Amino acid sequence: MKFSYIAGRLVKTVLITVAVVLLSFFLIRAAPGDAATVMAGQTGFADEAYMKGLRAEYGLDQPLPVQLWRYVSRVAQGDLGTSYVRRQPVADIILERLPNTLLLDAFALLVAAAGGIWLGSVAARRPGSAGDSAVTVLAMLFYAVPQFWLGMMMVLVFAVWFHLLPPFGIETMGADYTGLARLGDVAQHIILPGMTLALFFLASYARLTRTAMIDVADQDFVKTARAKGLTERQVARRHILRNALIPLVTYAGLQASLLVGGSVLVENVFSWPGIGTLAFQAVQSRDNPLLLGIFIVTAILVSLFNLITDIAYSIADPRVELGR
Amino acid sequence: MSFARRFFASPPAIFGFAVFLAIVAIALAAPLLFARGPLSIVDMPLLPPGSPGLLAGSDVIGRDMAVGLAYGARISLLVGIASTCCAVGIGVLLGAIAGYYGGWLDDLLMRVTEFFQIIPSFVLLMVLVAFLQPSLGSAVIGIALITWPQVARVVRGQFLSLRSREFVEAARIIGMGDARIIFTQILPNALPPIVVVSSMMVGNAILTESALSFLGLGDPNLMSWGSMIGGSRVAMWVAWWTTVLPGLCIVITVLALNFIGDGLNDALNPRRRG
Repeated sequence: MKFSYIAGRLVKTVLITVAVVLLSFFLIRAAPGDAATVMAGQTGFADEAYMKGLRAEYGLDQPLPVQLWRYVSRVAQGDLGTSYVRRQPVADIILERLPNTLLLDAFALLVAAAGGIWLGSVAARRPGSAGDSAVTVLAMLFYAVPQFWLGMMMVLVFAVWFHLLPPFGIETMGADYTGLARLGDVAQHIILPGMTLALFFLASYARLTRTAMIDVADQDFVKTARAKGLTERQVARRHILRNALIPLVTYAGLQASLLVGGSVLVENVFSWPGIGTLAFQAVQSRDNPLLLGIFIVTAILVSLFNLITDIAYSIADPRVELGR
Repeated sequence: MSFARRFFASPPAIFGFAVFLAIVAIALAAPLLFARGPLSIVDMPLLPPGSPGLLAGSDVIGRDMAVGLAYGARISLLVGIASTCCAVGIGVLLGAIAGYYGGWLDDLLMRVTEFFQIIPSFVLLMVLVAFLQPSLGSAVIGIALITWPQVARVVRGQFLSLRSREFVEAARIIGMGDARIIFTQILPNALPPIVVVSSMMVGNAILTESALSFLGLGDPNLMSWGSMIGGSRVAMWVAWWTTVLPGLCIVITVLALNFIGDGLNDALNPRRRG
């Protein structure tokens, strides 16, 4: 049973990937002008023969189904095309930057989950108390604050006014630290962008944990645990929190796409050398293949992350419906 | 209690509504309030707020920040409301069809909305706007394209639960066509959650628009809050007001809209309070 659920989810992930690639192909076709006009525009001369040569070189003179087939099979082999501007394979450029983005996102996710669960359980302990209201107000505020602006405010306060933390980059330029010193340097640099990215999710995890814990606290097995004579602390930790965390796993999966969108903006505020700053450069230089490649890669990563959270959920909660 | 009285019974909703009206008024009156447009240079660059004739200071190239902020409200509200209207239009139509007819149409729509939930929609939006060329229109279309599935899911759920109710059966028996049943019988009954979702979407659309303009994907000929922040990044170290003020405008506007949304939610679902 469990196996068929996981198999079904695998198929779904593959289908999503295929849909992403089809959508990308459609977007390329829908954009005004093709690769040949863009490249001709960049080199500065555009006589008919040159354009024709370019179109033949990139297969743009082929019928649509043939182009689609070629595109899909190229992407399937990990070939995301060539950057117009850098003249390098898009996949290589993205792979070089990807670890930095993954580091930032993982840091933010961990901070958000740990902080959110903690704040949420504090709020759930006494619903309606000042601490509880504070969490609600904070969440409300973070829903209304643009993440990129929050990042700039963090820079303003912690770097410009108080000189506490480095505002830009992933490590000190030209310092050439190695080993532990480098790790410490990166850790200092990740605090501001990581916290900026984490705060929004921290607020929503706190709200979700709070609701889930209040829901679970009403259930019979919790009453049983209390009746057995367990202390309030043991009940909260072992019985309520554990069960309340299960929906959080799915939620983390659903929010992964927001996390990626947020990290694009936050990376740009803090000049974090990940694929978010890369996307910005691609927009600036009208490097469409690079931008599209970033979309494909992030979409596949997010759908893989969703696959993992769904499987984790099915393991954590044996009641999970095995239908779809 | 009437709907309006329930809505205005909540202080945050009153506050949100009042602030929203004020912002709309400023947006509409911007050309009357200021003699010059937001792009014209009026003084030295980076003068602090309160300098003679400059309520909110001047920006990196000496444009009046106050004028920019007032005109920025126009862009934010326009994009927020227009994109939400488009998204609601698409979402209601597709959600209604899927929920009413069910079957493979419904399956297909649900798969599509799941797809949009999973993919990083902001990156897709960047691609859409960049490919269509940055403009007000492409921002509206792009935001509508990534947000309609939220509406469609809500509408579909409502239609699914309402379609087998007695009043729908009755309408069918007296010979009403499907289209008439969908739009005159079920849709009015499905409206409350649609209204709540849409009011929340306006605020989110404003945030998304500001993020696009911040990244330089806004209309280059228009002054928006996001582009003011993006354009002031170099001056942040010496002139806090160039980034702080437009950001506060966004926060206040979105907060007001979210308060309105919460108020609508409470007023329309009196039983689901708390």
